[in-house]
Amino acid sequence: MSASLEIQLIAVTAATGCALVGVFLVLRSMAMMADAISHTVLLGIVLIFFIVQDLQSPWLLIGAAAMGLLTVSLVEALNRTKLVKQDAAIGLVFPALFSLAVILISRYARGVHLDVDMVIMGELALAPFDRVTIFGLDLPHALATLSAILLINIVFILVFYKELKLSTFDPALAAAFGFSPALLHYGLMALVSVTAVGAFDAVGAILVVALIVTPAASAYLLTDDLRKMLLLSVAIGAGSALAGYWLARLLDANIAGSMATMTGVVFLIVFVLAPQRGVLTQLRRQALQRWRFAQTMLIIHLLHHEGAPDAAVECRAEHLQAHLRWQPDFAAQVIRDAERSGAVHQERGLLRLTDHGRRLAEAAMVR
Amino acid sequence: MELLNDLFFDYTLRTVAMGTAILGLVSGALGAFAFLRQQSLVGDAISHAALPGVVLAFMLTGLKGPLALMSGAAVAGIAGVLFVIAVTRLTRLKQDSALGIILSAFFGFGLMLLTFLQRNPDARQAGLNHFLFGQAATLLERDVMMMGVFGAAAVGLMLLFWKELKLLSFDRDFGASLGFPMTALEVLITLLLVIAIVIGLQAVGVILMSAMLVAPAAAARQWTDRLGVMVLLAALFGAAAGVVGTLLSSLGAGLSTGPVIVLCISVIALVSLLLAPNRGIVWTWLRNRRHAILATGLMGRG
Repeated sequence: MSASLEIQLIAVTAATGCALVGVFLVLRSMAMMADAISHTVLLGIVLIFFIVQDLQSPWLLIGAAAMGLLTVSLVEALNRTKLVKQDAAIGLVFPALFSLAVILISRYARGVHLDVDMVIMGELALAPFDRVTIFGLDLPHALATLSAILLINIVFILVFYKELKLSTFDPALAAAFGFSPALLHYGLMALVSVTAVGAFDAVGAILVVALIVTPAASAYLLTDDLRKMLLLSVAIGAGSALAGYWLARLLDANIAGSMATMTGVVFLIVFVLAPQRGVLTQLRRQALQRWRFAQTMLIIHLLHHEGAPDAAVECRAEHLQAHLRWQPDFAAQVIRDAERSGAVHQERGLLRLTDHGRRLAEAAMVR
Repeated sequence: MELLNDLFFDYTLRTVAMGTAILGLVSGALGAFAFLRQQSLVGDAISHAALPGVVLAFMLTGLKGPLALMSGAAVAGIAGVLFVIAVTRLTRLKQDSALGIILSAFFGFGLMLLTFLQRNPDARQAGLNHFLFGQAATLLERDVMMMGVFGAAAVGLMLLFWKELKLLSFDRDFGASLGFPMTALEVLITLLLVIAIVIGLQAVGVILMSAMLVAPAAAARQWTDRLGVMVLLAALFGAAAGVVGTLLSSLGAGLSTGPVIVLCISVIALVSLLLAPNRGIVWTWLRNRRHAILATGLMGRG
C-alpha cells in the first residue's frame, strides 16, 4: 500500500468513527462536550505516559478514555451544585485540565514525541512511518488503532441502537422502561473519549471536534430518520476527509486543517441548499407563501364585491392599490398570476372571478 | 520578595505583567455578562474563529504589527459569531452544535492557511504560531499600550451602557417591552467580548482565552448577588491571575505564561466554588449534614 493510500484510509477511518458518535452528541445537544473531551484526553495521555514511559502502550488509550469520563463527571458534578450552568461548567473544567497537561508536557516531557504542536495540528502525514504488525499484516499503527475504535463504535451502536434512540429522543420514557439513561450516557461518553483519543493522534485535538460535530450537524439538516442520519453523517465525514486530503496535497498545507475546512464547506452547502431545511428553501417557501396569500386576498376581495352595486369600482385593478394597500407592480403581478392560474379574467379593465376562482375563494373563506 | 522586586524593577517582566493584568481585567469584567447570559462558550468559539482572520490579515498586509493582526482577528471573530447566530436562528441545530462547527471549521481553515503560508519561503510567519498558545513573554510596550487603549474603550462602553446591559442580562423581555433595542445591545456586548478576546490572544493564545472569560466570572458570582460587585470582583480576579501567573511562570523554565495564568484563575474559581460564604460547596455540605443529624436526632427522640 502506498503512503498516500494509507493516509487516506486512516483519515476515512477516523472520520467514520467520529461521525457515528457525533450524531448522538448533536442530537443530545452535547456537541461542546466533544470539545472539552478532545482537550482533556491530553492530560490522561500525559499522566499514563509518565507511568509507562511508552507512547505505543494501549494503556494510553485507556487513560485517555478515563480522563474523558472524568471530564464529563466533573462538568456534571459542577452543574449539579447549581453554582454554575452547564456552559460555564464546561468552560471551567477543560481549560484547567488542558493547561495542566500543557505545563506537564513542556516541563517534564520535553523532547519526547509528545509535543504540543502535534496535539493541535495532528501529524497525519507522518502516520504511515509508525508501523505495527497484526495477524501478519504490516499496518500503520494509527490505522490499526482507529480500526479497532471504529469497530467498537459500530458494535456499541448496533447493540444499543434501540436504547440509544429512545434515551436520546425521550429520556423520561427510556427511564420508565427501565433502561438506565446514566449508564448509556456514560457508555456514550466513554465511546466519545476513546474515539477522540484515536482521532486525536491523527488529526489533533481541535479538529477532532470538526469531525465529530460538523458531519453530524450537516446530516441532521438533511433527514429526520436516525438510521439515515448515521449513514449520511458517515458519508459526509468520509467524503470531507478525502476531499480535505487532496486539498492539502494541492496546497501543500496541513491535512487535518484541510479536512476540517472541508467539513465546514460541506456544512455551508447543506445549510444553504438542503432540500427541506436549507436557507434558500426557507426563503423560497416564504416568498411563495406571500404570493399565495396575495392571490387568496385578491379572489376573496372579488368574491365579496361580485354582483354588488360597487363592483364597477371595487373590482378594478387600480382600486386594489387603495383597498389592499398593494404597490402597483405588486398588484399587477398578483393579477397576472391569478389570470394565468385561471382564477380571474379581465374584461374591459374589470376583474371577474371564473367559476374555478369562485370555488377557490369560497373554499378559502370556509377555511 | 525577590519576585516583587523584579516586578518593580525588571522592565520586561513589568511590561508583561501589565499586559496580562489588563487582559485579566477586561476579560473578567466582560466575561461576567457572558456568564450571566449563559454564553460562556461563545468566547471559546470566537477565539478559535479568530485564527483565520489573523493569518489572512498577515497574508494581505504582510505586516505583523499588532493592529493589523488584531483587526483581522476581530473581523473573523465577528464573522464567526454572526454565523453562529444565523445557524441557531435558521436551523433546528442548537447553539452547542453551531459553536462546535464554527470553532472547528474556522480554526481548521486558519490552520490550513497558516501551514500553507509556512511552506512559502518568503513568509515571516514566526509570531503567528504564538497565537495558538500566546507568547506573553514577547509582549512589547506598544502591544501593552494597544491592549490598554482597546481594553479601556471596551470597559468604558460597558460602563456607559451599564443599565441597559444589566437589563439584557437579567430580563431581556422586560427590557424589550420598555422599548430598549435589545438586539442592538446583544450585538454591543458581543462586540465588546470580541475586543476582550482579541487583546488577550497574544498573551494567552486562542486555546486558553476562553478560560479567562469564564473562570473570573464564575468565581466572582459565588461571592455576591449584585452585578456591580460581581463585575468588579471578576475584573480583580482576572487581573490578579494575570499578574501572579506571569510572576510564577518567570520562575521556571518550560512554564509558558498562558497555561500558568489559566491554572491560577482556575484555582481562584475552585476556591470560590468551595468556600464562598452561603453558596460554597463546603458550607452547603456542612449545612446538609447538620440538618441530617438534627433530623435523625429528632426521629430518635420521637
